[in-house]
Amino acid sequence: MSQRKVLQGNIIVAKAALAAGCDFFAGYPITPSSEIAQYMSKEMPKMERAFIQMEDEIASLGACIGASLAGKKTMTATSGPGFSLMQEHVGMAVMAEVPVVIVNVMRGGPSTGMPTKPAQADMMQARWGTHGDHPIIAVYPAFSEEIFSETVRAFNMAEKYWNPVILLLDEVLGKAHMDVEIPEPGSYEVYWEKTHQIVDLNIYDRKIGENPPRIDFFHGYPIHIDGLEHDAHGWPSFDAKTVDKMQKLRMQKIYQNLDDIIKYKEYFLDDAEVIVFSFGISARSALAAVKTAREQGIKAGLFQALTIWPFPRAALQEKFQKIKKVLTVEMNMGQMKYEVERIAPGDVEKQTLLRANGMPFSPDEVLNAIKEFVK
Amino acid sequence: MRDYEKYIRYRTFPTPWCPGCGDGVILKSIAMAFAELKLDPDEIVVVAGIGCSGRMPTFFNTNTLHTTHGRALTFATGIKLAKPEKLVVVISGDGDATAIGGNHLIHAARRNIGVKMILINNGIYGMTGGQVSPLTPPKFFTETTPYGNIEPHFNVRKLLTAAEATFVARETINRLAQLKQVIKKSFQHKGFSVVEVMSNCHVNLGRRNKMKSPLVMTKYIRDITMNMADFEKLSPEEQAPKYPLGIFEQNSARLEYTDLYYNHIVPVAQQAGAKGEK
Repeated sequence: MSQRKVLQGNIIVAKAALAAGCDFFAGYPITPSSEIAQYMSKEMPKMERAFIQMEDEIASLGACIGASLAGKKTMTATSGPGFSLMQEHVGMAVMAEVPVVIVNVMRGGPSTGMPTKPAQADMMQARWGTHGDHPIIAVYPAFSEEIFSETVRAFNMAEKYWNPVILLLDEVLGKAHMDVEIPEPGSYEVYWEKTHQIVDLNIYDRKIGENPPRIDFFHGYPIHIDGLEHDAHGWPSFDAKTVDKMQKLRMQKIYQNLDDIIKYKEYFLDDAEVIVFSFGISARSALAAVKTAREQGIKAGLFQALTIWPFPRAALQEKFQKIKKVLTVEMNMGQMKYEVERIAPGDVEKQTLLRANGMPFSPDEVLNAIKEFVK
Repeated sequence: MRDYEKYIRYRTFPTPWCPGCGDGVILKSIAMAFAELKLDPDEIVVVAGIGCSGRMPTFFNTNTLHTTHGRALTFATGIKLAKPEKLVVVISGDGDATAIGGNHLIHAARRNIGVKMILINNGIYGMTGGQVSPLTPPKFFTETTPYGNIEPHFNVRKLLTAAEATFVARETINRLAQLKQVIKKSFQHKGFSVVEVMSNCHVNLGRRNKMKSPLVMTKYIRDITMNMADFEKLSPEEQAPKYPLGIFEQNSARLEYTDLYYNHIVPVAQQAGAKGEK
């Protein structure tokens, strides 16, 4: 039986992580994400799963990567400043192809900024925070059931693609208590494919675009995992041809599987004259605004991105063939709007509703922006 | 083939180390300790950070992991907590362990997590070309102290003792038999252990301080180190530039972290859960 409950967004994340099989959590306290670690510290020992509070966020992600290589499903949770500290290890997990889920309950920045206020502040940090060219997956739920389902999906994708997956959440959604349907175990997919039939040491050897197998330590083969660029054995190599191949392997495992990775929701887009493009908390206001607009005879629709990285480019471009106006609504000073501008054809009119002062948009504010745009 | 050679991954040779480097001695002594304990290579994971020492795991025919600068202990902590029954060894240089990774060092000691650290002290950042480290002795010339080092160096022994480390030892690359013995004892210790190994970087430290050859540098290491009994006879002024050798701390009374977690916290939590307590 599924259960209907009133829960804090952070607790929904924690419950979903445990439901997805998360058996290792390392974290460091930071507002507004701390409830996730607190819940894990209480529940994980009961299930004989490992919880540890580390000395900082760098150590937290380090411990997660280590545990992941020892066969655990791992997660850490943080906010903007902690996420910045983690960035070197995000790159390490990408390079060594280690599954890990990183929750970033976003707050106002930069620096200490506004720890108790929401902001969709780290959209670009999620994409480009670590150094070097790299693929990344980031998901961003807005509604209560999505917080559960996207957390489970984050674990599934981390395990499937052997890559860090970032779960973005808004401060208000992390902290707010909301009505949520917790689905029955078994009613959702939990991906956990362990392939320990390694026959040789070529652990990174596979065809371009193929999903990698999950390999971890202590299964009879003395494997080497390295943050240095490496060959199919995982041994350090700077040979140009090898580097080319390994880079392609890491990129294409994501970019050849976009159908599986990209998820979005569309509301009233079939006959719309204006697309509201939004995500997270802003999408909630935008949905209410779009519904009111419809009542008032304005043909507005909402494109809500659930997978924010890789950007749902193809899906949005398809909409732009018919709909020639796009309003990007985001709680920052303009981050994803550049992504929209980059992919939208020249004949599409682009407008934005932006703000980063700690106050989420009200549905009326989004409605007014729509009205102003279609006038 | 000698018995320790099954722990060496010859396929990844040659090493990147300069001729005469102490790292080779340390590689061998660790492998010899593995062999004497008759360990299954798959039950071992060797983790390292960045630097000349960071390359060492590549040459062990065990599970091996090369991580980020200074953070090897954090990865090792994750592995140990995930699989407490495995032998988790961390190789670290002095810059790696006491500068960028200093925080992780004292917290691993405080936690007493059962990770075995080999801290190679050559007093310099070797791989980046010879910059001052927190273990470079005062007045030494390096690439970033061209007028002499004005900073004092950490005393690793006292630092770790203050952090309540349960196994602290120091040896030198000049004494292979003793080094292997101390490393072996640290592997047998249940809690967190650190073996500081005094090593030579004649290329990037010695060269700028009138110790150009490995031989001169190893003689220098011999001159500044002594047994604890001899060290204690010296006055504080005489002690300052000297490094005592031996096992300084070996305390088995304090329980290891994963032992506490799985054998103490887990049952308590499960009881509370069974009672339906919040």
